Amino acid sequence: MSSSKKIRVVVAKPGLDGHDRGAKVVARALRDAGMEVIYTGLRQTPEMIVETAIQEGAHCIGLSILSGAHNAIFPKVMELLRQEGADNILVVGGGIIPEDDIPGLKKSGISEIFGPGTPLSDIVEYIQSNVKL
Amino acid sequence: MEGVLSGKRLALARLISLIENEDPSTFAALSKLYKHTGTAHIVGITGPPGSGKSTIVTKLTSEYRSRGKTVGIIAVDPSSPFTGGALLGDRIRMQEHALDKDVYVRSMGTRGHLGGIARATSDTIRVIDAFGKDVIIVETVGAGQSEVEIVEVAQTVIVTDVPGSGDDIQAIKAGIMEIADIFVVNKKDLPGADIKVNAIKAMLELDTRNTGWTPPVMLTSARNGEGISELADKIEEHLRYLKECGLMEKRSLARSKDELESIMEYKLTRELLAQLQGRPEYKKAIERIAQKDEDPYSVAERLIVKFLSSYKEECE
Amino acid sequence: MSPEKKLIESFKHWEENVVEKTISKFPERAVNFLTLSDVPINRLYTPLDWNQENYEEKLGFPGVYPFTRGVQPTMYRGRYWTMRQYSGFGTASETNERFKFLLEQGQTGLSVAFDLPTQIGYDSNHPLAIGEVGKVGVAISTLADMERLLDGIPLETVSTSMTINAPAAILLCMYIAVGEKQGVPMEKLRGTIQNDILKEYVARGTYIFPPAPSMRIITDIFKFCSEKMPLWNTISISGYHIREAGSTAVQEVAFTLANGIAYVQAAIDAGLDIDAFASRLSFFFGSHSDFFEEVAKFRAARRLWARIMKERFRAKNDDSCRMRFHTQTAGCTLTAQQPDNNVVRVTLQALQGVLGGTQSLHTNSRDEALSLPTEASVQIALRTQQIIAYETGVSDTIDPLAGSYYIESLTDEIEKRAEEYIERIDQMGGSPFAIERGFIQSEIHNSAYTYQKMVDEGSRTVVGVNMFTVDEEQQFDYLRLNPKAESEQIEGLEHILKIRDSTLIDDALDQLRDAAKGSENLIPFILHAVKSYASLGEICGVLRDEFGEYRAPDIF
Repeated sequence: MSSSKKIRVVVAKPGLDGHDRGAKVVARALRDAGMEVIYTGLRQTPEMIVETAIQEGAHCIGLSILSGAHNAIFPKVMELLRQEGADNILVVGGGIIPEDDIPGLKKSGISEIFGPGTPLSDIVEYIQSNVKL
Repeated sequence: MEGVLSGKRLALARLISLIENEDPSTFAALSKLYKHTGTAHIVGITGPPGSGKSTIVTKLTSEYRSRGKTVGIIAVDPSSPFTGGALLGDRIRMQEHALDKDVYVRSMGTRGHLGGIARATSDTIRVIDAFGKDVIIVETVGAGQSEVEIVEVAQTVIVTDVPGSGDDIQAIKAGIMEIADIFVVNKKDLPGADIKVNAIKAMLELDTRNTGWTPPVMLTSARNGEGISELADKIEEHLRYLKECGLMEKRSLARSKDELESIMEYKLTRELLAQLQGRPEYKKAIERIAQKDEDPYSVAERLIVKFLSSYKEECE
Repeated sequence: MSPEKKLIESFKHWEENVVEKTISKFPERAVNFLTLSDVPINRLYTPLDWNQENYEEKLGFPGVYPFTRGVQPTMYRGRYWTMRQYSGFGTASETNERFKFLLEQGQTGLSVAFDLPTQIGYDSNHPLAIGEVGKVGVAISTLADMERLLDGIPLETVSTSMTINAPAAILLCMYIAVGEKQGVPMEKLRGTIQNDILKEYVARGTYIFPPAPSMRIITDIFKFCSEKMPLWNTISISGYHIREAGSTAVQEVAFTLANGIAYVQAAIDAGLDIDAFASRLSFFFGSHSDFFEEVAKFRAARRLWARIMKERFRAKNDDSCRMRFHTQTAGCTLTAQQPDNNVVRVTLQALQGVLGGTQSLHTNSRDEALSLPTEASVQIALRTQQIIAYETGVSDTIDPLAGSYYIESLTDEIEKRAEEYIERIDQMGGSPFAIERGFIQSEIHNSAYTYQKMVDEGSRTVVGVNMFTVDEEQQFDYLRLNPKAESEQIEGLEHILKIRDSTLIDDALDQLRDAAKGSENLIPFILHAVKSYASLGEICGVLRDEFGEYRAPDIF
């Protein structure tokens, strides 16, 4: 495999939620699909996530959160990306995010939310089709 | 490019991405940035997994920051040979620097770069150097030949190990032992630390290089920050040594030669393949080789002669 | 010919003739049948699979070593398992209402869920708490919150389980303080604190301090309770979260018991006599999808732990070998698609726990994958337990599945495989070392990934997700939390912070700091600080200063 253009994705766990099963499984699936995945670990603030995405030249950010704090955190990430001039980065989310909250999140700039039961291939395909390389 | 010189992280990040993607526009950028490089101290750190390299790097970074230095870190992890993807997880261990604007961290996969990972790392070091970082730390796993190449672009090479892997030294692989300027035995509180130190020292006695610098074997407990300040001092000492005995220039000459030749080789190969790829005659030639109607040696000869003469024609 | 030999022959005959004839016309659904832990499942189990001769050694009697068949002599004939629904959200007053509702509906014990800031030692007004206050559980920042939480609940008769780990000592002290105010002395208090930091490092993530000081706090709690709180369960060594993080049943048993071994060893190293604290250790498992594997798992765990305590730790008292445990039905098996199906899943999983001899049980609500449970959903969950208890008759005899050739074979197999894992972990130096190396984390992650691939490929079916799906999901009415909860909580907290006596608190915190630097038992100092209305964040702040914070190792 010698092609050099790789999709770089930051997979992050924002806030205090410590359930990382899904984030790690998604990170590995993205790796198996040929992407370079920077996994940030737990307890990331929006500032840390955005800084990581910028330094690493990420094309996509995946936010995983199950604690219900998404309405406070996700828009903050989008706001910081805009401030830094990095809002061409594709931002997607997953975890426990009620249906009602999804329109609001999309309005703030999140491109898609992948809820429980989403096949990994759906996530891979979505990112591959929608990143701006 | 101006973005890089004026300290804009976003510009730096973008340029590194272009370098990794082997984008042809990087040649011009790298060419212009070249004279702004050469001020950073480049430290390579390699060693077996589990030896705590990332912890050493993050504590060393704290030490450098307390001494007023800015730091760039390149963490290299292996890419999957099957899928080409990579899980780059070294950053997790560097959380304390997450919001320090004077620390820049970039994770890289080995990728199967045409020019070799060493080229991409070397170019990335260049641009981080031009960006203005005082110290650039390159961290890699140290398991194979490409890892040796990566750390060879460093001025000071640290090789790490941990107690408990017996008398044999895991670091003795593919010439890594020979490139070490400093040995660090980390997690020194574990049983067997002294045994490990002695084993390394014994190996060093067999070393016939005689360069005037005997690599010291240092003990650290990176998690507790022990031995880190001494390590930073030793790294400085090594840099001074390189400058004082002219080794810096010697290495600089050697490196410049290597780099020039590697860039020329890369460019030539790229041009040649660009001309050939997709051409039906090329495909046919490969098929003939597979069917043993022709051999790869004469085919190569023929194609190169053709390429060179057409190149000559273009220049005339 | 011996009867056994005869049976072997007959069995072979049956396989090669009767079965073969059917299979050639109607092949079985798969070539290999495996449990979720990759244990092979045979077509049929016969007396050949279970050696009845060592009945007393392997199975024995309920309430007697090795406790395979149950930890009490009369089990549910004496008293049903405790129906203990994990709950909490928003402010202490809101949760207090939910507690009262559940007790009215027939729940027999309380189980408290705390929000993430509380679990990680932050007050509700901490910057890192923004957006998290009251979301996954109740916010508790001071004793005042605890008082509101337990208002009107008689601590003399109600036992309370608190799912709290890193700051467990503080919440325990708050509970003691509230008990005192009610006139209930601490030696009469009944309940549990989860207090299991090792699993936090690998599966749950709400750690604060590094392992060594965390173990010190845990052994301080063991010591304190062994002297002052004989009815209190000092730890709930948990496999549930390890399972939820993706492990198999075998790994769940192995890693949980390995953690248990680490805690027992730490307590012994701290100078405690094993028979002084071991009887108050308790465990916590999940109840997952594979019906018989789960029942066998509970029995295997009980027998294995009993043997470990007797053989490895030389406990003299049978009480010290008794594994009492709480069970929760597996949240990770519940789906967001067609939520009502989850009621069926939970029913089966609850039944597994009962047939496995659990001491207390939490049944998840059908809206598990959507949000916290509504009153209607949690009522169904509770009714599930009540129907099993009162209508099915399964509680009227002890360990009814014993003697099933399959169950006994599976129990033996799970025990064997778990033991092999524990040996590997022993060779690494024990659970804390295995965690530092990332061994346990990577085993869990690999199982999680394998499972997900199987579901995505369709080789594991999840009804409603990769089979029997519907196009238009019906709108499900899930719980919406009070959006003002966070601000109300912060207001209440700031009020307390204003009216309390700050010199008293500074004093208490200084004393705590000194104790933390030394080796005195921290609990009395924490109790003193809690009673002066020092906040959770302030107390944890002192401990953070002295002990530092945990840094996770590389886990891939």
